[in-house]
Amino acid sequence: MDWNFITFTLIKICCVIGAVLTMFAYSVLAERKISAFIQDRVGPNRVALPLIGSVPVIGPFLTRLGFWQPIADGLKAILKEDFTPSYVRKAYFWLAPAIALIPSFLTVAVIPFGSTLGNPNNKMVIADLDVGILYTFGIVSLGVYGIVLAGYAANSKYPFLGGIRSSAQMISYEIAMGMSVVPLFLVVGNLNLSKVIEYQAQNGWLIWYAPISFFIFLVSAFAETNRLPFDLPECETELVAGYNTEYSSMKFALFFMGEYANMIAASSMMVVLFFGGWTLPGMTTPADTLPTGLLHIGIFIGKMLVLMLVFIWVRWMLPRFRYDQLMDLGWRRFIPLALANILVYATWLWAKK
Amino acid sequence: MQDLFFYLFAFLTLLCGLLVVANPFSRNPVTSAMFLVLTIVSLAGLFVLLHAFFLAAVQILVYAGAVIVLFLFVIMLLDLKGEQRRKANRFSLVTGVISVGAITVIFIKTIFESHATATDTTPVLEGATQPLGRMLFNDYVLPFEILSVLLLVAMVGVILLSKKDLR
Repeated sequence: MDWNFITFTLIKICCVIGAVLTMFAYSVLAERKISAFIQDRVGPNRVALPLIGSVPVIGPFLTRLGFWQPIADGLKAILKEDFTPSYVRKAYFWLAPAIALIPSFLTVAVIPFGSTLGNPNNKMVIADLDVGILYTFGIVSLGVYGIVLAGYAANSKYPFLGGIRSSAQMISYEIAMGMSVVPLFLVVGNLNLSKVIEYQAQNGWLIWYAPISFFIFLVSAFAETNRLPFDLPECETELVAGYNTEYSSMKFALFFMGEYANMIAASSMMVVLFFGGWTLPGMTTPADTLPTGLLHIGIFIGKMLVLMLVFIWVRWMLPRFRYDQLMDLGWRRFIPLALANILVYATWLWAKK
Repeated sequence: MQDLFFYLFAFLTLLCGLLVVANPFSRNPVTSAMFLVLTIVSLAGLFVLLHAFFLAAVQILVYAGAVIVLFLFVIMLLDLKGEQRRKANRFSLVTGVISVGAITVIFIKTIFESHATATDTTPVLEGATQPLGRMLFNDYVLPFEILSVLLLVAMVGVILLSKKDLR
């Protein structure tokens, strides 16, 4: 084993997890600020740090922006009483939040978040797998266990219904999601995500080639992350809070974290698959110096944040689907559409040959 | 390194597989299903050690991600309380022992009759998706198609059975 490789990979893992956690904290803030903007409110604007809060212009500005709010949120989550009801199934009750969180962090491992840092051997991806996309789908599909087990562990009606709903929903939309990306790989001819970006660097972004795929993928991503038009598993108006009704304190925060980490993973997947990863039109060669390498990572994160914004914006704009509408959309609209899409692309590629 | 991982995953597979069918601590069907997930994940680990990355990914995607979620779905909907109290009867014990014994005999016989030499350690397929697809759609296209027709028949059958007013 090459120690250089191991150290470099470890550093990459730490950086990526740090970045995801920071992004989690600030996407919660963004969610609150944007929802406030949409509903004509102000949003969090009170939390200030003792010393920095009194720096003339910047201090009040950051306070008004809610910049320190995530610290307060985190402290609140940790310090609140961690209450375990007497009737829950203890082992699963403790396991479920962890199982909900782990898959979303594992997905990030195969995502190429930049080109290189100057040295062409040091690719900016933790694991450059040949079956990258299949790995992602496999891990994403494990995410459902956290929610199902949470529903089962709570041993009461509403969480249970939430868990059941989530298992059916995730399976249905996984199929549509998996089928929607097949045309991309027919066009590219490789399952490796780095190769997908390489192809896009030469031939332009894949969203221009496969807009229908992007649409299906986007909507399925909403369903897979339990975001609002499809947040049936925790539907407040019907199920109290769904699968996390019995959870409090940090355990609840872990579910919350899992949802946002899933959003981050889904956005970065979409950037890689449809928006060319770190490339921009006119900037298509892998970096050969450190600044360009960092710039590429910046471009990737920028594109990702735009997609996160879409996730947040849609949540506050659209009402929730009914459960039968959700199933109807998944099975009777998206799956036939995705199948037809595959056929069209296969015929087109065959005719072009 | 590789050997270490092989023994680790093999041990995990066997241990979790045993806990699926004979868990001394709990007879909860959900627990069994969760151990089945662990068994499948460790099997996927074994596939990775054989450089069959595609199989490993599909194993997790299909079995852990879909089939066992459906198991859980059914278990939770049916609420199998009686199952937890059920004792193993003599008939199921005897049939179980006979089938396990038969499979073991076949397994051991296959190992002793195979002429694979340990010197040839380079995998033929390297587990990549493209050669696998080529092989599946050229050399083995007939069995593959027959299997898919079988699945289709099963699917149509399930739909027919679940629609009451169709009959």
